[in-house]
Amino acid sequence: MNCDTVHQLLKIQEDKEIIALVGNPNVGKSVIFNKLTGKYVDVSNFPGTTVDVNYGYYKDYIIVDTPGVYGISSFSEDEIVTRDIVMSTDRIINVVDSVHLDRDLFLTQQLIDYQKEIIVVLNMVDEVEKNSIKIDVEKLKQYLGVEIITTSASRGIGMDKLKEAIDKNLFKKGNSTPNLDKLLESEGKKTCCEDLAEAENIFDTSISDLQEKIYALRRKYIDEIYSKVEKYDSKHLAFQNKLSQILINPLTGVPFLAAMLYIMYYFLGVLVAQKLVDFTMNKVMGEYYFGFVEKVIKGAVSSVFLQKLLVGSYGILSMFPIIFFGLLLPLVVAFHFFMSILEDSGYLPRIATLVDRSLNKIGLNGRSIIPIILGFGCVTMATMTTRILNSKRERLITIFLLGLTIPCSAQLGIISGLISKLGFWYLVAYVLIIGFIFGTVGKVLSKILKGESTSLFIDLPALRIPQLSNILKKTYYKSKGFLVEAFPIFIVATLLLGFLDATSLLKIIEDFTQPVVTGFLKLPKQMTEVFILSIIRRDYGAAGLVTIPTTKNQMFVTLVTTTLFVPCVTSFALITKENGLKYSLFVWISSAAIALLVGGILAHIIIV
Amino acid sequence: MTLDMVPKGQEVVIKSIKNKNAKIYALRFGISEGSKVKCIGKIKNGPVILRKNHQEIAIGQGFAKEIEVEIHK
Repeated sequence: MNCDTVHQLLKIQEDKEIIALVGNPNVGKSVIFNKLTGKYVDVSNFPGTTVDVNYGYYKDYIIVDTPGVYGISSFSEDEIVTRDIVMSTDRIINVVDSVHLDRDLFLTQQLIDYQKEIIVVLNMVDEVEKNSIKIDVEKLKQYLGVEIITTSASRGIGMDKLKEAIDKNLFKKGNSTPNLDKLLESEGKKTCCEDLAEAENIFDTSISDLQEKIYALRRKYIDEIYSKVEKYDSKHLAFQNKLSQILINPLTGVPFLAAMLYIMYYFLGVLVAQKLVDFTMNKVMGEYYFGFVEKVIKGAVSSVFLQKLLVGSYGILSMFPIIFFGLLLPLVVAFHFFMSILEDSGYLPRIATLVDRSLNKIGLNGRSIIPIILGFGCVTMATMTTRILNSKRERLITIFLLGLTIPCSAQLGIISGLISKLGFWYLVAYVLIIGFIFGTVGKVLSKILKGESTSLFIDLPALRIPQLSNILKKTYYKSKGFLVEAFPIFIVATLLLGFLDATSLLKIIEDFTQPVVTGFLKLPKQMTEVFILSIIRRDYGAAGLVTIPTTKNQMFVTLVTTTLFVPCVTSFALITKENGLKYSLFVWISSAAIALLVGGILAHIIIV
Repeated sequence: MTLDMVPKGQEVVIKSIKNKNAKIYALRFGISEGSKVKCIGKIKNGPVILRKNHQEIAIGQGFAKEIEVEIHK
């Protein structure tokens, strides 16, 4: 195969040569990519986040950053992406985590067996020293037969040497696994890319005996090399190992997780959603900004209809900027800041291990907790990360639960803010109700959907203290992405609502939905607006809540109902794209039904 | 015995991995039949946490039941 295929895959027009960055998850590929091309990409410390493929330019080359994989095969969508890029390019920079040499060299040797021209980057050499590990790089170079560059990319160490190696074109084909040719010959195959690909089943998820034999041969060879090139003193890992065990052991891990969630609630719900937002939304936007704009518009525009559209209760210059910049912006930034710390520390896969047993009961394994936690950031984004799950069945259950029970970042902030005003027992009741629905619906889905769930098999990366610069960068890019995506939808939603309000259509809709909203849910009729907004964006709906006067119990019913209410327009679109219209309509209609049913029952119990 | 029965702190040698998926995942993570690993954590009726060199892996109970091991002396 030639390079044209990668150009086509990634829709790259230029005829520059391509170098693919390939390596296991969390080895620092994205940091190296960033240092080479000067372009930022998401850097994270848990398996499976780099789903999109980024590319950038280094001199006359196009550098392609591939999703992290443990081997070239088809076990997940990430692997398929990396497999396709590897199979259609010849030059590869293989990034290896020096601390996990024995694991990472499997992929290295596999790339060598495919006769790719590679340069191996031994990254994170500073951690090797810290952990008292000694690697004989010269010996490793001889065994593999390729150029090896040692780096600590996050500190910029060794990047010059890597650039020099690229400039001098030190890409080489290495030494194939001994006896691999004999094994292939005995099965009547040649030692070439195509035959090996077929023997290893890389285009297929089924597993053959020959594939097992090749894997075992390669593993044995790598273990041999490893035992000759690396020496370490196990005492030096003691502290990190102890901490890791504390996080996984239910006796200590569950209280730690609860404490972490409480800190998150306090940070988002109390500090940001109440104290900071009180200043940004009420003071800065509500008082100074709105006071100014209202005066200017009322002086310049005489039409009452236009005035209403611009600075009325749903005005494009009033409600929209006040909520968007005063309320959502601080919440979204705060959430992503917190989430970036969690991701980069390596804690997420440990949570997955801790909750595996509980999730087994609803047909999932611990891995599903990763998209669920990410769902608190943005359900749409989390729906995309369900690609890391191994079976279709697990994906369908997780996506449904995400759409139904998980509030996204800004919604979570608003809910936390409102609920902390209601009181502690409301918080407990809220968590119990949503948790109960999560468990029950999960159980029902796992009974309905055919097939079996897979067992957990997850890599626990080293625990690290996250770097502030990386967290800030990540917070900036994630918040920006979120807000850029939300901006046009908010404008359209505001215009729609403003139009409905200015033409009195809103009143007609409110009268129409009255039996449900005021009759069944026992809420003020303006709540209809919250539901309309929630369909468009859940967080916008929640934001609308802040302005409607209610009793404590009415507020509680609204919070539960809007949490369970339908996924937003963007989530709906993504679910349709990934799983078809039939499934997304099923999610949408059943979410609405469950939300109204639970809300109604709750209302009849607590609202007199 | 199978992996799910191994007590915490015990070093074992992997004898055979019956589940083909588990076998392929394990090989890529650095664990194969004949590998010496240590059970560093266990959740009751839940995953077993293994370490080989610097690599930590959590294996769900379903897979653990299909992995035959032998106590390393």
